[in-house]
Amino acid sequence: MTNRSARERISDFNEVPRGYTAEQAIEEAKRCIQCKKPKCVAGCPVEIDIPGFLKFVAEGDFASAVKKIKETNALPAVCGRVCPQEDQCEKECILGVKGEPVAIGNVERFVADWERGTAPAVSRSDRGGGKIAVVGSGPAGLTCAGDLARLGYQVTIFESLHVTGGVLTYGIPEFRLPKAIVNLEIEYIKSLGVEVKTDMLIGNVYTVEELLKDYQAVFIGSGAGLPKFMNIPGENLDGVYSANEYLFRINMMKAWKFPEYLTPIKIGKKVAVIGGGNVAMDAARVSLRLGAEEVYIIYRRTRREMPARVEEVERAEEEGVIFKNLTLPVQYYAGDNGWVKEAECLQMELGEPDASGRRRPVEIPSSNFKLQVDTAVCAIGNSPNPLVPHRTPNLETEKWGGVIVTAEGLTSIPGVYAGGDIVRGAATVISAMGDGKIAAKAIHKQLSAGGI
Amino acid sequence: MFKILKKERLAENISRLVVAVPHIARAAKPGNFVVVIPTEKAERIPLTIADADVEKGTIAIIFQIVGATTKLLDSLKVGDEIPHLLGPLGHPSHIEKFGTVVVIGGGVGIAEIYPAVKALSKAGNEVIVIIGARCQDLLIYQHELGKQCKDLRITTDDGSCGRKGFVSDELKDIISSGKKVDLVVAVGPVPMMKVCCEVTRPHKIKTVVSLNPIMLDATGMCGVCRVVVGGKTKFACVEGPEFDGHEVDFKELTDRLKPYRDVEKQALDHVCRLLSITPQ
Ligand SMILES: Cc1cc2nc3c(=O)[nH]c(=O)nc-3n(C[C@H](O)[C@H](O)[C@H](O)COP(=O)(O)OP(=O)(O)OC[C@H]3O[C@@H](n4cnc5c(N)ncnc54)[C@H](O)[C@@H]3O)c2cc1C
Ligand SMILES: Cc1cc2nc3c(=O)[nH]c(=O)nc-3n(C[C@H](O)[C@H](O)[C@H](O)COP(=O)(O)OP(=O)(O)OC[C@H]3O[C@@H](n4cnc5c(N)ncnc54)[C@H](O)[C@@H]3O)c2cc1C
Ligand code: FES
Repeated sequence: MTNRSARERISDFNEVPRGYTAEQAIEEAKRCIQCKKPKCVAGCPVEIDIPGFLKFVAEGDFASAVKKIKETNALPAVCGRVCPQEDQCEKECILGVKGEPVAIGNVERFVADWERGTAPAVSRSDRGGGKIAVVGSGPAGLTCAGDLARLGYQVTIFESLHVTGGVLTYGIPEFRLPKAIVNLEIEYIKSLGVEVKTDMLIGNVYTVEELLKDYQAVFIGSGAGLPKFMNIPGENLDGVYSANEYLFRINMMKAWKFPEYLTPIKIGKKVAVIGGGNVAMDAARVSLRLGAEEVYIIYRRTRREMPARVEEVERAEEEGVIFKNLTLPVQYYAGDNGWVKEAECLQMELGEPDASGRRRPVEIPSSNFKLQVDTAVCAIGNSPNPLVPHRTPNLETEKWGGVIVTAEGLTSIPGVYAGGDIVRGAATVISAMGDGKIAAKAIHKQLSAGGI
Repeated sequence: MFKILKKERLAENISRLVVAVPHIARAAKPGNFVVVIPTEKAERIPLTIADADVEKGTIAIIFQIVGATTKLLDSLKVGDEIPHLLGPLGHPSHIEKFGTVVVIGGGVGIAEIYPAVKALSKAGNEVIVIIGARCQDLLIYQHELGKQCKDLRITTDDGSCGRKGFVSDELKDIISSGKKVDLVVAVGPVPMMKVCCEVTRPHKIKTVVSLNPIMLDATGMCGVCRVVVGGKTKFACVEGPEFDGHEVDFKELTDRLKPYRDVEKQALDHVCRLLSITPQ
């Protein structure tokens, strides 16, 4: 796939890659050698029949290809865009040993886009299966709901925000995942018979125990929405945002269209984004598009340890983001107007490997320096959203907040399942979807066997 | 979509709406608030639940028209529908029998104390209520509060009603009269809450304040509402909004309320154009 030029794309919020033409998609799909025991499928958390759908694409039968994908994945247009294929299916592709793996994600994206606008192929059983409540409309909740609806259950999703989609809507920016696409995928789930109720904060408006009175099972997919801060002096100054606040204002509240949309944001000329993950890259690239002159990524390790997708780091760099690696902010200072004006940072070096296997960053004494900034965005990670666990006394969690589940997604409360970031901590779209699927299967098994 | 059943103008620039929203009415407790989005392009704004009626399935909100979104909310009429209403949010007020409780409401905070006054009285407390506003025309809920407590005191800055002065002056007098006060609850503008805390601090009277930082999601996901209490950063939307006033860093709260003041003017002008009215 080719990308639009960096100069062109930082002046708008449109997508970066141009996408395949039909000819390109067919050509790429033909590269698949149709392994007897395809390793790529094992690399996919939702086990898409990859050679199967590629075969259809190679034959030019895009409709059958989409149908094949949708047997196990209800959100292909999303996954084709944001999945880390380089760590999953494409990593396992046999062609990758000697050359380039098949660009599975790009082909998936193509066929999903090809299908858009044509009426979705819906198949669902009758609604005899009973009522299920799903908490959260992110990829975990949507997938679980879609699968259960297809099995004939009457599913209601409760979402606390006024928009659906979870991180797909409020977090990942338009230029990486157009909201029109997310909305179509959600419409597809709704067309399966799923009811979505927004503005419903479970825990407050209904407790999980109360839901269990009206629903035969509950799936919790409430995500990792709790922003982490560094707890350093000056972090509460005006101009210092959590990445969630920053992206909420921009993606969910459309602050980039202020005052047509009434939620404001102030993007300075010099923006420092702290962190090295996808969230940090998104915050940095959004800043450029909103007119920041200099945007820094401040990361305490080196580029090699960055958790962000390689592709996103490269795009950020092409667009002009300045990487300050091996750097750690220790304090923010305000100017006369009370706004952040400077970030004091320390230089780091890499020491011994830590528990994650990555080399630990160690401070270099007296290496302090000051960086002029007028906006700082803290993107050092999110923890599982504590709200539902706090209000559900018997729901067991790990010390770090993750809800504890069995291999089937069952929590410590009978009839209550969980999956996605609320269980794993901040992870990926596809792992959340995988969890939603596993839980749907387990719920079906349990209810078919006679309930809880 | 939630239908507006009743609308009243309580004072210049203060309105009261009664909205049909049974699931919130059912779960609401004193001290809870809601997030309102009056039109699809508006902000998410937090407003206290000023009353809830479980049987009728309604809640009341009382708001001062200060900017773009409250202006839009006020442009809705009886029969119109509010597209998004989220709640109940925040920790409910702690209600038990404390003994003598002084509850103070300033400005639109007068409406916010109503559910707590009702609940504290019901729990068997002797409740003294002090309400204050700039002038008589801005005083609200006098009558309703009078019905919920035996001792209602009024102050106005210009003396047009009740005592000339501030609510904190009245609080000082109650304390120096020798009356044993077990708890003070103060809700209103930041400077008012701060002064009330200064009055009670030397007497070591526990003082609960309800903080009103800027909020966005109001479900604990963004951190814009962070306030420093007892040296620790807290998210007011989920850990508050009520806190021990003696521990609150009011200076930081004041600073964190101001970052958008200049652009809010632009938003208000935009809304006035939309509604075809001239900005004040
Ligand atoms: C900026 C950003 C960029 C990312 N980029 C990528 C990427 O490129 N590739 C990738 O694979 N992953 C990426 N991720 C991670 C990925 O988005 C998440 O792992 C995934 O969305 C988790 O899905 P989920 O369904 O578990 O939770 P979420 O998507 O977080 O959805 C949870 C939903 O539950 C709602 N909720 C919370 N509490 C309640 C409650 N009490 N009642 C009702 N509803 C509630 C929330 O409002 C939310 O809508 C990114 C994350 C962010 C923040
Ligand atoms: C938990 C909570 C409960 C609240 N309950 C009520 C209530 O019951 N009734 C009511 O009238 N208001 C209440 N508020 C305040 C209310 O949310 C704001 O007045 C409202 O958001 C203003 O929106 P706007 O777009 O109309 O004005 P904006 O354009 O956003 O602001 C206009 C002016 O008001 C100031 N302002 C904005 N937000 C606040 C705030 N939170 N506190 C003080 N000043 C602010 C701005 O700095 C600006 O000068 C509450 C706030 C919180 C956090
Ligand atoms: S308003 Fe977002 S965390 Fe409180």
